[in-house]
Amino acid sequence: MAGRLSASPPWWQNRRLLPWLVQGSVGLGILVVIAFLLGNLVRNLSAAGLLLSWRWLGQPASFDIAESLLPFDASEPYWRGLLAGLVNTLRVVGLGLVGATLLGTLVGSASFSSNGLLKRLARIYVEVIRNIPLLLQLVFWYFVVFLALPNGAAAIQLPGIVLAKSGLFLPGFEAGLHWTGPSLVDGVWQAPLRFTPEFGALLTGLVVYTGAFIAEVVRGGIASVPKGQWEAATSLGFGPLLSLRRIILPQALRVIVPGLNTQYISLAKNSSLAVACGYTDLYSVAETSLNQTGRAIEVIVILLAAYLAIDLVISLVMNGLNRLVQIQER
Amino acid sequence: MGPIQRTAPSTLRKELFNSPADGLLTVLLITGLAAAGYRLIDWAWHQAQWAVIQANSTLFAVGRYPIEQQWRLWLLVALLAAATGLSWGVLRGLPLRDRPIQGLWPRNDRLAAGLLVLLAAWAPAALGLTLAIQARWWALTGLLLLGRWLAGRYAPRLGQAASLGVPLLWPLLYLTGMVLIGGGLGLVTVGANEWGGLLLTLIQASFAILLSAPLGVLLALGRRSSLPLLRWGSIIYIEFIRGAPLITLLFLGQNILGFLLPGGLAPDRIWRAAWILTFFSAAYLAEAVRAGLAAVPRGQLEAARSLGLNLPQALSRVVLPQALRIALPTTVGQFISLLQDTTLLSLIGLLDLLGTARSVMANPLYLGKNAEVYLTLAVLFWCCCAALGLGSRALERRLNPPSLGR
Repeated sequence: MAGRLSASPPWWQNRRLLPWLVQGSVGLGILVVIAFLLGNLVRNLSAAGLLLSWRWLGQPASFDIAESLLPFDASEPYWRGLLAGLVNTLRVVGLGLVGATLLGTLVGSASFSSNGLLKRLARIYVEVIRNIPLLLQLVFWYFVVFLALPNGAAAIQLPGIVLAKSGLFLPGFEAGLHWTGPSLVDGVWQAPLRFTPEFGALLTGLVVYTGAFIAEVVRGGIASVPKGQWEAATSLGFGPLLSLRRIILPQALRVIVPGLNTQYISLAKNSSLAVACGYTDLYSVAETSLNQTGRAIEVIVILLAAYLAIDLVISLVMNGLNRLVQIQER
Repeated sequence: MGPIQRTAPSTLRKELFNSPADGLLTVLLITGLAAAGYRLIDWAWHQAQWAVIQANSTLFAVGRYPIEQQWRLWLLVALLAAATGLSWGVLRGLPLRDRPIQGLWPRNDRLAAGLLVLLAAWAPAALGLTLAIQARWWALTGLLLLGRWLAGRYAPRLGQAASLGVPLLWPLLYLTGMVLIGGGLGLVTVGANEWGGLLLTLIQASFAILLSAPLGVLLALGRRSSLPLLRWGSIIYIEFIRGAPLITLLFLGQNILGFLLPGGLAPDRIWRAAWILTFFSAAYLAEAVRAGLAAVPRGQLEAARSLGLNLPQALSRVVLPQALRIALPTTVGQFISLLQDTTLLSLIGLLDLLGTARSVMANPLYLGKNAEVYLTLAVLFWCCCAALGLGSRALERRLNPPSLGR
């Protein structure tokens, strides 16, 4: 018995060898699979005459983009089209982040209201929105709400703002420094600032959907601040709004910011559903390009790289913000 | 809880009219809600034309599944109803940490059963189904409630065996279901391209849920492994998948999978999507499980190892049961969002529930019936997701570790 204990264990129980054996076999397995897939890929692509090439990016795109911040027409090359799509994506993501944060903060704080009805409404909003697929909500906003708006003189008119089937019209500076509001010219609304219904539906859908998730993040953050902080603030004579802004939120932000990061990234990724309501974002341009050129690999690489870059930028900014709101100790 | 006790007059006043500002807000909110509610009901009763739902209810439910084989789906639904009833009863019979079991039919259960009966009485009739089909739905509801009653009555006597049987019941039922749906074992084959509507949505979601669960656990373990190759492999996979929008991955699956596999080996479009959903969901599940693993104290693994368990034993007997219990709410949340994500299949041209809806509305007969169709889908999805969430919360409260228990 004693002799066996002192003998070195068999090789399959050797604690130093074993990890390397496991890693070696896993690594070999991964390599074999990758080699198999790549081999097939190269063989199939060269059979189809589609071996990796980026020259098509310089060819004329021959499709139009209905709504683009970058001026773009069909004679311009593919890369300009993809860039215009990216700018459109960034536009909806940027506005969406602001809108969703505002809505989420409002609803999240509302769940701490002294008004029982408001509290329950905030709860119902979150529960309804989170349990319905975003894509369904987007087509709902587009087809049922925005495309059902009245047009022409029957449009919804507020001072300086007009909401019609042809879009949302806002006032702005025109031709130098003339503050101009929307006006009806021959039954068609015109204004310095116009958002198409496609953009409006996408933005509304993203804001309402992400707002529900942000509301939960904000609620969790506020709930994480001990109740005594509220009581202490009140006993110092702070009103509810002031104590929320000065005492509670600075402490809650430490919990909120990491949660916001996740929601912001998911909003950026969800903006790729724009195609469901006819807005031309990066994904939709990429899809059209693929259909026209058949360049599947290149298009996918561009798409993945672009979304990864957006995610990274959001994460970097939010990590910086996170460092800012953490407790500064001496 | 107990909303009935809470709405006593004094509480009501405190909740709604605590101060003049609160009172004004309450009045404004009630006015707004009443106006919105009135318009919605007015629209649903007088303007909406629900014929689009009534005429296409079969299409929404099963797509173009051959009529002469639909008895198999009825059988499957019957099995599902019985299993749901049994699970409900067994779950109810499990002891709660903070409350004793409240008889055979606690208040919430009576409420749920009542709602079910009302739904069974109203929905088939409202859909304009024939009396024979209506009767089938009544029978299914009866079966579900019978299962609930049987399990509630007899499961406590079986004790441990019953609560172990339920987790076994569902995978078995899944396999049976796939045979019933797809054919084989003497049944006529019904190809994947003939599945559609709610049937396709549920098949895709359940397939991805079932396969991504073990994959996610493996990835989470890999990410926490001390072996650099395993760790970095898992990290790269998880972060790559989580960095990409699902639609680009589905797009990748449809357009590139055919190039990656030798000719003829690539699965058809429906299974490609199912695999992509699985791989997608596994990355998110891995993060949920990783959080659960991180919450289990290191000493647990060390203690298990020092008791002589080898690594797989220590993980599967000591660490994972605790980690998975902690990860349960996030995991179910992930399953819920997976069920919602199946709607993206309509964007790549598959006829899931949303895809079927869009194809129905392309029919000139039902042009412009967006509101009716989309609202119906929203209610359907909401019910499925909310039910999953409720079940998860009930399970969570009954799975608390014994050390915290009675």
